[in-house]
Amino acid sequence: MASPLLEVTAVSKRFGGFVALDGIDFTVAEGERVGLIGPNGSGKSTLVNCICGTLVNETGSVRFNGETVDRLLTHERTRRGMARSFQLPRPFTTLTVADNLRVPLLYTVNARPGRALSPAELDARCVELLQLVGLADKATHLPRDLTQVEMRKLELARAMAAEPKLLIADESMAGLSHSEVDDIVGLLIRLNERGITIILIEHIMRAVMRFSQRLIVLVSGKKIADGTPDTVIRDTEVERAYIGQ
Amino acid sequence: MRTRVFLLVLIAVAAVVFFAARLVSNDYVFFAGYTVLQFVVLATAWNILGGYTGYVNFGSAAFFALGAYATVFLHKLYPLPIPLLIVTGGIVSGIVGFGMGYLTLRLRGAFFAIATLALAIVLQTLVVNWDYVGGSRGAYIIRPNEIAFIGPYIQYLFLLMLALAVIALTIARGIERSQLGYGFATIRDDELAAEASGVPTLRLKLVATTMSGALMGMAGAPFPYYIGYLQPSSAFALDYAVNSIAMPMIGGTTSWVGPLIGAILLGSLQQIATVTISSAVNLLIVGLLLVAFVIIAPNGIVGLVQGWMRGRAK
Repeated sequence: MASPLLEVTAVSKRFGGFVALDGIDFTVAEGERVGLIGPNGSGKSTLVNCICGTLVNETGSVRFNGETVDRLLTHERTRRGMARSFQLPRPFTTLTVADNLRVPLLYTVNARPGRALSPAELDARCVELLQLVGLADKATHLPRDLTQVEMRKLELARAMAAEPKLLIADESMAGLSHSEVDDIVGLLIRLNERGITIILIEHIMRAVMRFSQRLIVLVSGKKIADGTPDTVIRDTEVERAYIGQ
Repeated sequence: MRTRVFLLVLIAVAAVVFFAARLVSNDYVFFAGYTVLQFVVLATAWNILGGYTGYVNFGSAAFFALGAYATVFLHKLYPLPIPLLIVTGGIVSGIVGFGMGYLTLRLRGAFFAIATLALAIVLQTLVVNWDYVGGSRGAYIIRPNEIAFIGPYIQYLFLLMLALAVIALTIARGIERSQLGYGFATIRDDELAAEASGVPTLRLKLVATTMSGALMGMAGAPFPYYIGYLQPSSAFALDYAVNSIAMPMIGGTTSWVGPLIGAILLGSLQQIATVTISSAVNLLIVGLLLVAFVIIAPNGIVGLVQGWMRGRAK
């Protein structure tokens, strides 16, 4: 078997006396679509932060693409092919929508070995990405002119602009309508078909079930289930965590 | 390419300013103009860190004074031509700027501002207790009356500061249009998101503190020759710290034009007030204007004009 793209081993994180993550182990194979679910406060976002380097895990280690990335800063991990979107959109508020995408193109894509994009290619790539998420007509607007849905699309587009191997989408659909959720799930599946491995963190079960090939469940900082969606949702422990006894 | 055109235009404007000032045939124009230009450089330098990356530096006076004291030190050791002193002042202040950036990398917002203020106080204490550069007594520098080709020495100093202003503005505008400018803007907007987009935020902050510090030091280097007698309280004066913050704020912090407009406006107002009323009224003017602008135009004059043009376009 080929080595996995992402390998999380015994990762723990505490905030003072509160144990947010308690020895998390899991792997993600290249090309996989993984759903990460769990009740509020179960440590999903903390886990993402540890994987991406925003937080430093006290124990355990994260391997990405065959390399231990524990000592790397976030931007170095991004350059190696890890991209994320934030749970609450964090656009660059003083840059236009198109320039928001230009940043990862300049600092990630052009920073990788190989040929750098020319200014014309950069412009073309911004337009292409905006068309992909349906924001082409907002290219010259500032993020404050966008609706919440558009803001989430921008967030995803910016993560995709970095041309990642692994995309971690942190609750990119919260607050969206039925059809908008379908839109984004469709978009993520299309990206996956292009070869991007995706971890989706989501509360909307309909989206998670449609998207995921495998589900990982976190409860109170512990992994309690890991398997195909159908077996996981029938797991009694998962049921207990979500619905209670 | 377009930066080169911009530089040529600036040089042309500077030449016009210089020859227009010579037409007045009164040296006071050069004395007053020097101060205004010095503030153009200081405000532009402050804005590279404060406006572009959003890190408010309250210690501008320290960087300015470092440049000035580097000159005093070298003057005692071995007198050098002023352009060389400007380079040394820039190097000294650039190194201190780098050090300040390194020590305060993890500080944000008010905490960063307080740290820069502390740096200024520490440096002032050091200079006051350093006998070689005059300590609290101050140091005299006798400047020659004339210089070859140009004539009065003050015109030479004015010309140097004019050149520095051209350099500072070209650098500022160059940053705005480069990859560095995008990187700086993302630091100002959201550092976490910037890192996640691949921006090496810590390294870029060091670039900003170094460049900003170096330019301030360069502005300070000719100062002992201008003033003739340098003492710690005049080099580390509150005026420099306050003005280099207030000028970009009033002009507008998002573009190179802002600090330029702010410095010319406030600098000239202060010169006029010094002559007609008293130099003590200077900081009062700055304070009142700052309050007015925070209320009326929080994005400065540039922001006001941009908003007005956007309003007309709709």
